[in-house]
Amino acid sequence: MAKGKIIYKRAKDIPLNAMSVGSMLFNKTGAWRNVKPIIDYDNCIKCMICWKFCPDICIVIEDENPVIDYDYCKGCAVCVVECPKKCISLVEEGR
Amino acid sequence: MKQVIMGNHALSYGAMLSRVQVIAAYPITPQTQVVELLSEMCADKTLDAEFIKVESEHSAMAACIGASAVGARTFTATSAQGLALMHEMIHWAVGARLPVVLGNINRAMGPPWTIWTDQNDSLSQRDTGCLQFYARSNQEVLDSVIQMFKVCEQILLPGMIILDAFALSHTSEVVDVPDQKLVDKYLPPFHPRYILDPKEPHTFGGLTGPDGYYELRYKIEEAIQRAKSLINETGKEFGELFGRAYGMVEKYKLDDAETVLIASSTIASTARIAIDELQNEGKSVGLLRVRVFRPFPAEEIRELLQSRKKVAVIDRNISFGHEGIFAQEIRSSLYNCKNKPPIWGYITGIGGRDVTVENIKDIVNDTIKSDKPSGDIIWKGVRL
Repeated sequence: MAKGKIIYKRAKDIPLNAMSVGSMLFNKTGAWRNVKPIIDYDNCIKCMICWKFCPDICIVIEDENPVIDYDYCKGCAVCVVECPKKCISLVEEGR
Repeated sequence: MKQVIMGNHALSYGAMLSRVQVIAAYPITPQTQVVELLSEMCADKTLDAEFIKVESEHSAMAACIGASAVGARTFTATSAQGLALMHEMIHWAVGARLPVVLGNINRAMGPPWTIWTDQNDSLSQRDTGCLQFYARSNQEVLDSVIQMFKVCEQILLPGMIILDAFALSHTSEVVDVPDQKLVDKYLPPFHPRYILDPKEPHTFGGLTGPDGYYELRYKIEEAIQRAKSLINETGKEFGELFGRAYGMVEKYKLDDAETVLIASSTIASTARIAIDELQNEGKSVGLLRVRVFRPFPAEEIRELLQSRKKVAVIDRNISFGHEGIFAQEIRSSLYNCKNKPPIWGYITGIGGRDVTVENIKDIVNDTIKSDKPSGDIIWKGVRL
């Protein structure tokens, strides 16, 4: 796996094509989020439809519960729409 | 070893001797034999390469791009509409800085459907950043493939070897097929610094805003300018090893000729006989062949044409709404020079119409006789 982020020490080391300096392990996308989905576990029936529909694969299953990985969740709200129990709410970031 | 082979197979042998690792292609006349022979070589293990059959030329170039991105030496070949379909992916290979090498057999664009030669297909790729070498013999076709890999892998840009449909592609000539050991000495294996590698994952060519894109384009121009000296140096080195040297341009009996004829591809071969005959008639004429069209040999053009009395350019192509494309490029290279000669821009041989020694002599005599060009384009041989 990736050793870490590449740091270019000399101008001539810079690649000639645009290239990411690290893998997605380093390139976290959570900061893109304007709205944050929050799961209400009291009403969650663990159907895992949110896990199945998340387009960025950032809902993981931990101890049979769906858990949102906020390091990567971009707040697209697909899970909010797809949840049959309507138990995922959206909270504006920064509030 | 000397063999009698057609231009298409000269491309195949050039790719084989360059030890290409991936070939992806789609058949099109008059190119098909190039990849037919390569697929046979892959099947009987004469060549240790992966042959990828694809559903279009766009996919052929896309497959070459993928293979080149993981560090493989890649080759493809096409013609006319096939090259036009590759256009988007040629831009991609340039931007991604991948030295894919392709052979293009010059075939006029349809409609009407045609399979004969002219240069409009390859010249339509002029502004992509892909190198363009126009060969005038089957020997040069084979040698150019090997040289092209050597140049392209140093500057990280794709390159195209171009030959006339039928006049070279299906014409058999004696070709010295060089020894593999000698080619290996000339052309080292391809080891790019950054590659697609699942063990060290990176994204290539991702979204780049106005703060980064401009510099990447500047670096492409820097690289293709560097190719000019590299082509002359590697062409000279080729001569030392194989006995056949190549450069950006080729002079034939040019010396201090008053009138210079400029031609490319096989017309430049026929023109040698025309020049011999015209000199025997006592006329002060010489020939300059533009071998490399991208990067354009502006420095050589300026050095060799300044202070000449007259220049005649033969274009087997046309930029509709302007003029012949080689004539344009030569005019623009000379524009800021003090002693620039007048330029007669002739268009002839479109769609594979034969261009004979007599036709070429007629063109040169027309230039010698007239005081100034009759227009930006002088049509020769068009029946109206």
